[in-house]
Amino acid sequence: MTRVIVFLGFLIFGSTGGEIAITRGMKATGEPERLRPRELLRFLRKALGNGWFWAGIPLMALSFYSLLLLLSWAPISFVIPASALSYVVGTFGAKYILGEEVSVARWTGVVLVCAGVALVALG
Amino acid sequence: MPTEGRLRVKTLVMVCLMVLCANAGDLLLKRAMLEIGAVQLTEPGLAHAFRLTVTNGTLWIGIFFLCGFMLSYMTVLSWADYSYVMPAGAFGYALLTFFAMIFLHESVSARRWVGVVLICLGMLLVGQTKPRTTAVPGEALA
Repeated sequence: MTRVIVFLGFLIFGSTGGEIAITRGMKATGEPERLRPRELLRFLRKALGNGWFWAGIPLMALSFYSLLLLLSWAPISFVIPASALSYVVGTFGAKYILGEEVSVARWTGVVLVCAGVALVALG
Repeated sequence: MPTEGRLRVKTLVMVCLMVLCANAGDLLLKRAMLEIGAVQLTEPGLAHAFRLTVTNGTLWIGIFFLCGFMLSYMTVLSWADYSYVMPAGAFGYALLTFFAMIFLHESVSARRWVGVVLICLGMLLVGQTKPRTTAVPGEALA
Protein backbone atom coordinates (compact mmCIF):
# COMPACT_ATOMS: atom_id res chain seq x y z
CA MET A 1 0.00 0.00 0.00
CA THR A 2 2.91 2.38 0.79
CA ARG A 3 4.27 2.10 -2.75
CA VAL A 4 0.81 2.88 -4.16
CA ILE A 5 0.58 6.07 -2.05
CA VAL A 6 4.16 7.13 -2.98
CA PHE A 7 3.55 6.62 -6.70
CA LEU A 8 0.16 8.34 -6.46
CA GLY A 9 2.08 11.35 -5.10
CA PHE A 10 4.48 11.11 -8.07
CA LEU A 11 1.47 10.87 -10.43
CA ILE A 12 -0.22 13.99 -9.02
CA PHE A 13 3.00 16.02 -8.64
CA GLY A 14 4.27 14.95 -12.07
CA SER A 15 1.05 15.63 -13.97
CA THR A 16 0.24 19.03 -12.40
CA GLY A 17 3.88 20.22 -12.34
CA GLY A 18 4.38 19.10 -15.95
CA GLU A 19 1.15 20.67 -17.18
CA ILE A 20 1.89 23.97 -15.45
CA ALA A 21 5.38 24.10 -16.99
CA ILE A 22 3.97 23.23 -20.43
CA THR A 23 1.21 25.86 -20.06
CA ARG A 24 3.87 28.49 -19.33
CA GLY A 25 5.81 27.34 -22.38
CA MET A 26 2.74 27.43 -24.63
CA LYS A 27 1.75 30.91 -23.48
CA ALA A 28 5.27 32.09 -24.30
CA THR A 29 5.08 30.35 -27.69
CA GLY A 30 1.86 32.13 -28.65
CA GLU A 31 -1.12 30.63 -30.43
CA PRO A 32 -1.01 29.47 -34.07
CA GLU A 33 -2.80 31.94 -36.33
CA ARG A 34 -4.68 29.15 -38.12
CA LEU A 35 -5.23 25.49 -37.26
CA ARG A 36 -3.70 24.18 -40.50
CA PRO A 37 -1.01 21.47 -40.73
CA ARG A 38 1.80 23.80 -41.90
CA GLU A 39 1.10 26.38 -39.20
CA LEU A 40 0.67 23.68 -36.57
CA LEU A 41 4.09 22.30 -37.53
CA ARG A 42 5.63 25.78 -37.23
CA PHE A 43 3.87 26.17 -33.87
CA LEU A 44 5.19 22.80 -32.72
CA ARG A 45 8.76 23.72 -33.79
CA LYS A 46 8.56 26.99 -31.87
CA ALA A 47 7.12 25.21 -28.80
CA LEU A 48 9.92 22.61 -28.91
CA GLY A 49 12.46 25.43 -28.64
CA ASN A 50 10.96 26.65 -25.37
CA GLY A 51 12.73 25.74 -22.10
CA TRP A 52 9.52 25.52 -20.08
CA PHE A 53 8.22 22.87 -22.46
CA TRP A 54 11.32 20.73 -21.85
CA ALA A 55 11.02 21.30 -18.09
CA GLY A 56 7.51 19.84 -18.26
CA ILE A 57 8.45 16.70 -20.22
CA PRO A 58 10.37 14.83 -17.44
CA LEU A 59 7.56 15.63 -15.00
CA MET A 60 4.97 14.30 -17.47
CA ALA A 61 7.15 11.21 -17.98
CA LEU A 62 7.28 10.70 -14.20
CA SER A 63 3.49 10.92 -14.15
CA PHE A 64 3.14 8.53 -17.14
CA TYR A 65 5.37 5.82 -15.65
CA SER A 66 3.72 6.23 -12.23
CA LEU A 67 0.34 5.69 -13.93
CA LEU A 68 1.60 2.57 -15.73
CA LEU A 69 2.94 1.11 -12.46
CA LEU A 70 -0.20 2.04 -10.51
CA LEU A 71 -2.43 0.43 -13.16
CA SER A 72 -0.42 -2.77 -12.87
CA TRP A 73 -0.77 -2.81 -9.04
CA ALA A 74 -4.20 -1.38 -8.32
CA PRO A 75 -7.65 -1.40 -9.95
CA ILE A 76 -8.51 1.54 -12.21
CA SER A 77 -11.48 2.20 -9.90
CA PHE A 78 -8.97 3.18 -7.20
CA VAL A 79 -6.28 4.87 -9.34
CA ILE A 80 -8.54 7.32 -11.22
CA PRO A 81 -10.64 8.59 -8.24
CA ALA A 82 -7.46 9.10 -6.20
CA SER A 83 -5.72 10.92 -9.05
CA ALA A 84 -8.75 13.26 -9.38
CA LEU A 85 -7.09 15.26 -6.59
CA SER A 86 -4.82 16.65 -9.31
CA TYR A 87 -7.74 18.89 -10.46
CA VAL A 88 -7.61 20.74 -7.14
CA VAL A 89 -3.78 20.76 -6.94
CA GLY A 90 -3.64 21.98 -10.57
CA THR A 91 -6.08 24.82 -9.89
CA PHE A 92 -3.92 26.01 -6.96
CA GLY A 93 -0.93 25.91 -9.33
CA ALA A 94 -2.86 27.85 -12.01
CA LYS A 95 -3.72 30.56 -9.49
CA TYR A 96 -0.44 30.91 -7.60
CA ILE A 97 2.14 29.95 -10.25
CA LEU A 98 0.51 30.96 -13.54
CA GLY A 99 -1.35 33.95 -12.09
CA GLU A 100 -4.73 32.95 -13.55
CA GLU A 101 -7.90 34.47 -12.11
CA VAL A 102 -9.77 31.62 -10.45
CA SER A 103 -13.23 32.91 -9.63
CA VAL A 104 -15.64 31.32 -7.15
CA ALA A 105 -17.57 29.82 -10.09
CA ARG A 106 -14.40 28.22 -11.48
CA TRP A 107 -13.37 26.86 -8.04
CA THR A 108 -16.85 25.43 -7.47
CA GLY A 109 -16.77 23.86 -10.94
CA VAL A 110 -13.36 22.28 -10.31
CA VAL A 111 -14.46 20.81 -6.96
CA LEU A 112 -17.66 19.41 -8.56
CA VAL A 113 -15.63 17.87 -11.42
CA CYS A 114 -13.16 16.37 -8.93
CA ALA A 115 -15.98 14.79 -6.86
CA GLY A 116 -17.74 13.67 -10.06
CA VAL A 117 -14.65 11.93 -11.45
CA ALA A 118 -14.15 10.12 -8.13
CA LEU A 119 -17.79 8.92 -8.08
CA VAL A 120 -17.77 7.82 -11.75
CA ALA A 121 -14.56 5.85 -11.29
CA LEU A 122 -15.85 4.19 -8.10
CA GLY A 123 -18.72 2.87 -10.26
CA MET B 1 -7.33 39.60 -31.26
CA PRO B 2 -10.13 37.03 -31.47
CA THR B 3 -13.54 37.81 -30.03
CA GLU B 4 -14.60 35.92 -26.91
CA GLY B 5 -17.19 33.94 -28.92
CA ARG B 6 -14.57 32.73 -31.40
CA LEU B 7 -12.24 31.95 -28.52
CA ARG B 8 -14.95 29.82 -26.87
CA VAL B 9 -15.75 27.91 -30.08
CA LYS B 10 -12.16 27.05 -30.95
CA THR B 11 -11.47 26.09 -27.30
CA LEU B 12 -14.51 23.77 -27.37
CA VAL B 13 -13.39 22.11 -30.64
CA MET B 14 -9.87 21.57 -29.33
CA VAL B 15 -11.14 20.23 -25.98
CA CYS B 16 -13.38 17.70 -27.80
CA LEU B 17 -10.40 16.46 -29.82
CA MET B 18 -8.34 16.32 -26.63
CA VAL B 19 -10.99 14.28 -24.78
CA LEU B 20 -11.39 11.84 -27.69
CA CYS B 21 -7.65 11.17 -28.00
CA ALA B 22 -7.07 10.99 -24.22
CA ASN B 23 -9.84 8.44 -23.68
CA ALA B 24 -8.84 6.24 -26.60
CA GLY B 25 -5.22 6.40 -25.38
CA ASP B 26 -6.07 5.57 -21.75
CA LEU B 27 -8.29 2.62 -22.70
CA LEU B 28 -5.62 1.17 -24.99
CA LEU B 29 -2.97 1.68 -22.31
CA LYS B 30 -5.06 -0.15 -19.71
CA ARG B 31 -5.64 -2.99 -22.17
CA ALA B 32 -1.91 -3.20 -22.90
CA MET B 33 -0.99 -3.28 -19.19
CA LEU B 34 -3.54 -6.07 -18.62
CA GLU B 35 -1.83 -8.03 -21.40
CA ILE B 36 1.60 -7.39 -19.82
CA GLY B 37 0.59 -8.16 -16.22
CA ALA B 38 1.84 -6.80 -12.88
CA VAL B 39 5.30 -5.20 -13.07
CA GLN B 40 7.85 -6.37 -10.48
CA LEU B 41 10.13 -3.62 -9.11
CA THR B 42 13.31 -5.70 -9.41
CA GLU B 43 16.05 -5.38 -12.05
CA PRO B 44 15.01 -8.51 -14.00
CA GLY B 45 11.32 -7.66 -13.46
CA LEU B 46 11.74 -4.15 -14.91
CA ALA B 47 13.86 -5.45 -17.81
CA HIS B 48 11.20 -8.06 -18.58
CA ALA B 49 8.41 -5.43 -18.40
CA PHE B 50 10.42 -3.08 -20.65
CA ARG B 51 10.81 -5.81 -23.29
CA LEU B 52 7.10 -6.59 -23.13
CA THR B 53 6.02 -2.93 -23.35
CA VAL B 54 8.20 -1.97 -26.35
CA THR B 55 6.93 -4.98 -28.31
CA ASN B 56 3.25 -4.51 -27.41
CA GLY B 57 1.26 -3.17 -30.39
CA THR B 58 -1.73 -2.05 -28.30
CA LEU B 59 0.56 0.11 -26.18
CA TRP B 60 1.99 1.83 -29.28
CA ILE B 61 -1.49 2.59 -30.68
CA GLY B 62 -2.34 3.99 -27.24
CA ILE B 63 0.80 6.16 -27.36
CA PHE B 64 -0.20 7.41 -30.85
CA PHE B 65 -3.54 8.63 -29.45
CA LEU B 66 -1.79 10.14 -26.44
CA CYS B 67 0.47 12.10 -28.87
CA GLY B 68 -2.71 13.43 -30.53
CA PHE B 69 -3.95 14.40 -27.08
CA MET B 70 -0.64 16.15 -26.31
CA LEU B 71 -0.70 18.20 -29.54
CA SER B 72 -4.31 19.34 -29.04
CA TYR B 73 -3.60 20.05 -25.36
CA MET B 74 -0.51 22.14 -26.20
CA THR B 75 -2.45 24.06 -28.85
CA VAL B 76 -5.40 24.90 -26.60
CA LEU B 77 -3.08 25.93 -23.74
CA SER B 78 -1.42 28.47 -26.06
CA TRP B 79 -4.56 30.63 -25.80
CA ALA B 80 -6.76 29.36 -22.94
CA ASP B 81 -6.26 29.18 -19.14
CA TYR B 82 -4.97 25.93 -17.69
CA SER B 83 -7.64 26.11 -14.95
CA TYR B 84 -10.29 26.41 -17.72
CA VAL B 85 -9.06 23.56 -19.93
CA MET B 86 -8.11 21.02 -17.24
CA PRO B 87 -11.63 20.43 -15.77
CA ALA B 88 -13.13 20.29 -19.28
CA GLY B 89 -10.95 17.25 -19.95
CA ALA B 90 -12.99 15.35 -17.34
CA PHE B 91 -15.94 15.28 -19.75
CA GLY B 92 -14.41 12.06 -21.08
CA TYR B 93 -15.53 10.22 -17.93
CA ALA B 94 -19.13 11.31 -18.53
CA LEU B 95 -18.86 10.40 -22.21
CA LEU B 96 -17.54 6.91 -21.41
CA THR B 97 -20.51 6.31 -19.09
CA PHE B 98 -22.96 7.24 -21.87
CA PHE B 99 -21.09 5.03 -24.37
CA ALA B 100 -21.05 2.10 -21.93
CA MET B 101 -24.83 2.40 -21.50
CA ILE B 102 -25.76 2.99 -25.15
CA PHE B 103 -23.31 0.74 -27.03
CA LEU B 104 -22.35 -1.90 -24.46
CA HIS B 105 -25.77 -1.98 -22.73
CA GLU B 106 -24.03 -1.87 -19.36
CA SER B 107 -26.13 -1.03 -16.33
CA VAL B 108 -24.91 2.19 -14.76
CA SER B 109 -25.17 2.58 -10.97
CA ALA B 110 -26.89 5.55 -9.31
CA ARG B 111 -23.52 6.61 -7.82
CA ARG B 112 -22.01 6.78 -11.30
CA TRP B 113 -24.93 8.86 -12.60
CA VAL B 114 -24.46 11.28 -9.69
CA GLY B 115 -20.80 11.53 -10.71
CA VAL B 116 -21.75 12.27 -14.35
CA VAL B 117 -24.19 14.98 -13.22
CA LEU B 118 -21.50 16.55 -10.97
CA ILE B 119 -18.97 16.56 -13.84
CA CYS B 120 -21.48 18.17 -16.21
CA LEU B 121 -22.49 20.78 -13.60
CA GLY B 122 -18.84 21.51 -12.84
CA MET B 123 -18.06 21.93 -16.54
CA LEU B 124 -21.06 24.22 -17.01
CA LEU B 125 -19.82 26.40 -14.16
CA VAL B 126 -16.24 26.52 -15.48
CA GLY B 127 -17.61 27.12 -18.99
CA GLN B 128 -19.36 30.29 -17.77
CA THR B 129 -16.01 31.85 -16.85
CA LYS B 130 -13.66 33.58 -19.31
CA PRO B 131 -11.47 31.09 -21.21
CA ARG B 132 -8.48 33.43 -20.86
CA THR B 133 -7.72 35.61 -17.83
CA THR B 134 -4.01 36.24 -18.42
CA ALA B 135 -2.16 38.25 -21.06
CA VAL B 136 -0.41 36.19 -23.71
CA PRO B 137 3.17 37.46 -23.99
CA GLY B 138 3.97 35.55 -27.21
CA GLU B 139 2.87 36.99 -30.54
CA ALA B 140 0.59 35.00 -32.85
CA LEU B 141 2.63 33.12 -35.41
CA ALA B 142 2.56 34.72 -38.84
